[in-house]
Amino acid sequence: MQTKRMTFPSSWLPYALLAPQVIVTLIFFIWPASQALYQSFLRQDIFGLRTEFVWFDNFERLLADPLYLNSLKVTAVFSVGTTVLSMSLALLFAVMVNRMIRSRDGYTTFLVWPYAVAPAIAGVLWWFIFNPAIGIAPYVLQGLGYDWNHRSSSTDAMLLVIIAAAWKQISYNFLFFLAGLQSIPQSLLEAAAIDGASRTKRFWTIVFPLLSPVTFFLMVVNVVYAMFDTFGVIHATTEGGPAQATNILVYKVYRDGFVNLNLGSSAAQSVILMAIVVVLTVIQFRFIERRVNY
Amino acid sequence: MASITMDNLGKVYAGDVRAVTGVSIDIADGEMIVLVGPSGCGKSTLLRMVAGLETITEGTLRIGDRVVNRLEPAERDIAMVFQNYALYPHMTVYNNLAYGLKNRRMARAEIDRRVTEAAEMLQIGAFLDRKPRQLSGGQRQRVAMGRALVREPAAFLFDEPLSNLDAKLRVQMRVEIRQLQKRLATTSLYVTHDQLEALTLADRLVVLNGGRIEQIGTPMEVYARPATTFVAGFIGSPAMNMLPADWLRGVVAADALSHLPTGADLIGLRPEDMSLAPASDGGLTLEARLMLLEPAGAESHLHVKFDGMDEMFVVRLPHVPQVDEGSRLAFSLAREALHPFDAKTGLRL
Repeated sequence: MQTKRMTFPSSWLPYALLAPQVIVTLIFFIWPASQALYQSFLRQDIFGLRTEFVWFDNFERLLADPLYLNSLKVTAVFSVGTTVLSMSLALLFAVMVNRMIRSRDGYTTFLVWPYAVAPAIAGVLWWFIFNPAIGIAPYVLQGLGYDWNHRSSSTDAMLLVIIAAAWKQISYNFLFFLAGLQSIPQSLLEAAAIDGASRTKRFWTIVFPLLSPVTFFLMVVNVVYAMFDTFGVIHATTEGGPAQATNILVYKVYRDGFVNLNLGSSAAQSVILMAIVVVLTVIQFRFIERRVNY
Repeated sequence: MASITMDNLGKVYAGDVRAVTGVSIDIADGEMIVLVGPSGCGKSTLLRMVAGLETITEGTLRIGDRVVNRLEPAERDIAMVFQNYALYPHMTVYNNLAYGLKNRRMARAEIDRRVTEAAEMLQIGAFLDRKPRQLSGGQRQRVAMGRALVREPAAFLFDEPLSNLDAKLRVQMRVEIRQLQKRLATTSLYVTHDQLEALTLADRLVVLNGGRIEQIGTPMEVYARPATTFVAGFIGSPAMNMLPADWLRGVVAADALSHLPTGADLIGLRPEDMSLAPASDGGLTLEARLMLLEPAGAESHLHVKFDGMDEMFVVRLPHVPQVDEGSRLAFSLAREALHPFDAKTGLRL
């Protein structure tokens, strides 16, 4: 394959142009990542006086640790819950907004707003709404006969973090679904209507399959978001509790490393997370490129 | 199979925008009607009203003996071929054809029989397992036709189905559509802006302008006796020349125009009704200067300026004459070739 060759007047210029990106990557990714990798092979006593090189011992202990396995399970429930909730609500909103004509832009603007809210703020917001003592939601739920307390019930806690994390992501998903819906030619739906498909049937046999590239893309993005970008939400609402019920992997890295000062184990956990990100990224690029054209 | 009766159909969009006004057409069972007109004349809107994709705001529409004004598209027993084909991109050709039948809960064996039959008729049997994107434009067009065929509907609706094809394929598909329609004898309503397509396909054609009917008639009727100056200008290529009667009276013998009705102040003259030979008995002769000669293979178009006129007019000859641009020529025409119009109303007299 022939590639276009660019000629520069001096030999250092291309390196200088690349430098900012390379430096940023080196300082903020390669350096800390290699530190983490190195750290994951070490074990320190709690005062930091003695450091021992232990090879894969940290990893072996982790994978045998019921708390870590629990965290894996919690993370899986949390990511799937967040992804399903935010995507299905976003799709519902997008379909409804897509049916509007004049008020479409107004609704779109309002639905996108939550995306501008920082995760920690979103967490605090939902913490207030669901606060067992002063929150409005437990008050309403109590009227319906449900005693909400996310400080003692692990189910309630999980529901709370899922709702708080999904709420923000709905905006993002909504925008993509709306764009996807608008790119489906109207004539396809008209042809299906003439072909005798009801509104619901048209959605499931024409619209939904044609949205599948968007859906798949969002699925990966949402799983990545739920797994890695929700530290603030957890920290502001449940802090991983009660009894580790919402202690997702990212939060556990922080707790074990910076609160419990078990740096070796924390580093090993972050290396595992890095591996998961790599796998998800590969999946995203591989499949999206193939599935965009049906 | 059924007749379609449009009685005073009209369409007014929100905001008082009129798209269609007072359209009445009776389409007989098995007849092919072509709606033709320039962009924005309301022809597609009218077709979509028949399909049920646009609501009908005025008048009544009957398919067979049912009034279908308020029925859903699916309940009207019609099939439509779209301009962009509107094939379902995620389904195979087979499923594209079968979709409408499955929705009607037809037995699998019957679906299979109909799809196979339609595919054979349209020569797309080899592509049944392919997706639409793997097909050429002409093949997609056939699949779109097939989707209409398998339904065995009361009527076919065509919305400019050939406009996305190249010129050669368009002629071929035009012939096939006409043959198919004659063989199946299914009532058809066909929309196009291409007057050649309209003339060749139609049993009767309907010329629309500004949402109103200008003329309904067989292609040859419309061509031979255009009812308005609009039809005269729209049907026929190159378009009919429009000569002021006053000027014409000044350049021909006094009694040559005596057969025209009084009040005819605009005279239509088709480019092909003139010839280079000198006028024989009873004919008229017009003298002109040749400004531009356009040879077009089997025929030629001569752009000329008649004496005493600033505008250019077109003469179409069935050969390419050996004449120089700038030279003076004499054209002869028969008295019957003149079409008298009232310039104010635009109506034929």
